[in-house]
Amino acid sequence: MKDKLTIKNLNFWYGDKQALKEINLHIREKQITALIGPSGCGKTTFLRCLNRMHDLYPGNRYEGEILLEGRNILEKGLDLIKLRGKIGMVFQKPTPFPMSIYENIAFGLKLMGIKSKGEISGRVEKALKDSALWDEIRDRLHGPALSLSGGQQQRLCIARAIAVEPEVILMDEPCSALDPVATAKIEDLMTGIKENYTVVIVTHNMQQAARVSEYTGFFMLGEVVEFDTTEKIFTAPANKLTEDYITGRFG
Amino acid sequence: MNAHYIKRTLANYGALTVSALSAVFGIFFLFWILKDVLVLGFSAINFDFFTQLPAPAGMEGGGLANAIAGTFLITALATIIGVPAGIMAGTYLSEYGRKSRMASVVRFISDILVSAPSIVVGVFVYALLVKPFGGFSAIAGAVALAIIMLPVVIRTAEEMLKLVPDATREAALALGAPHWKVTVQVVYRGAVRGIVTGVMLAVARVSGETAPLLFTSFNNSFWNFSLTEPTATLTVTIFNYAMGPYEDWHQKAWAAALLITAIVLLVNIISRIIVRGKAG
Repeated sequence: MKDKLTIKNLNFWYGDKQALKEINLHIREKQITALIGPSGCGKTTFLRCLNRMHDLYPGNRYEGEILLEGRNILEKGLDLIKLRGKIGMVFQKPTPFPMSIYENIAFGLKLMGIKSKGEISGRVEKALKDSALWDEIRDRLHGPALSLSGGQQQRLCIARAIAVEPEVILMDEPCSALDPVATAKIEDLMTGIKENYTVVIVTHNMQQAARVSEYTGFFMLGEVVEFDTTEKIFTAPANKLTEDYITGRFG
Repeated sequence: MNAHYIKRTLANYGALTVSALSAVFGIFFLFWILKDVLVLGFSAINFDFFTQLPAPAGMEGGGLANAIAGTFLITALATIIGVPAGIMAGTYLSEYGRKSRMASVVRFISDILVSAPSIVVGVFVYALLVKPFGGFSAIAGAVALAIIMLPVVIRTAEEMLKLVPDATREAALALGAPHWKVTVQVVYRGAVRGIVTGVMLAVARVSGETAPLLFTSFNNSFWNFSLTEPTATLTVTIFNYAMGPYEDWHQKAWAAALLITAIVLLVNIISRIIVRGKAG
């Protein structure tokens, strides 16, 4: 299986505080990789390294390499706008923009430089269909996105992320603010999109990791304790800490 | 019923009485002012008031059409000067400067400017624009009002932009949007109602100012459509007429007071409606 992202000896600091230590991971192409671990273990910090979100705030520092198909995305002078076009992100809380449903998705398409109205409409519709939202909102496409329910808003955010056809989609606990029905819909959606996209998901819900992912990484105190196929991690973990965590003995 | 309980009940009634009396005291004067303005203003207001130029001193009749036009002209001009600058400064504070040293200096200065006496602003603009250019002008009046608007607009714009969650900004950046597009196309969309409200309150605030105009736009008894000539305004007219010796002037001053109060009230009500639209 081909590596989409290869992480080599990644260290990360928030100011003086080291949050990630010597991370080595392989994110396989067109597979779902789940990152699990107790709160504050660095999984979200790691995820936000992959599209350089930490660059928004001063004082953050990376060391090591993150290779996107062989090219180090941590190198200086890299075009972050291009990088974020290739690596999309869905956040913990739904983040619809204060505009209509249609405009939410068209926003990203226009950023890509698509000008034709026909093409934008077509791609908005396709993204909404891919995210299983179309049937619910087709008659209020031009209504405000903020009037949708939480689960619908999150699917809209996923639709917005896939509309620009990135190569990788990062999901930071995308279901933690949702009820089980909405969660099930989003999990279906993830399984559906992995044919075309590489997905990395941070989750607190171990059943979710077991249900949707092919690979799982277990993080603790800023380090990767174990990384393997999801099946192996959940049935025969090599490390005692992993076993204790997934069986609910701590965390 | 023990003594402790009785004491508590009495203290409760005592506090309630004092706070209710204080509220009544405040509202009483507000209504008194409004009553006088309404009663005396209405009896003096007529069609000529809106359409005629002032009559020569001591004569009856005439109107304040030029002052009404002047108030609108100077307020509009002040808005054109003050609002874009204020919104841009607020944008800098909320979107770019944030916790930087520069941003805290700007915030501090704008807070001082809020409490600067408006007559000081008038004298400042007199020294800046009236003295060097040899005369009172509408533009000098507008600059003085714009300076008074500026800190109000800056702080409201900043506060309203800050209400847009950082997660929304991150989401837009994560789609590959450049910073300026995030600000203009996403953050402004979320803050537009609040900013419009702030702007309207600032407009209402300056349209009732007198002191900064005394030294800048001064007054004029005739029509004036040149921005570089002295220009009449309702507030300065009230000031002059109320001090004047003629009964007709006093009447006109009351009518002008009613009109300016109505304008300020209207602007405030419109901004309330905009805010309510936000909640609904």
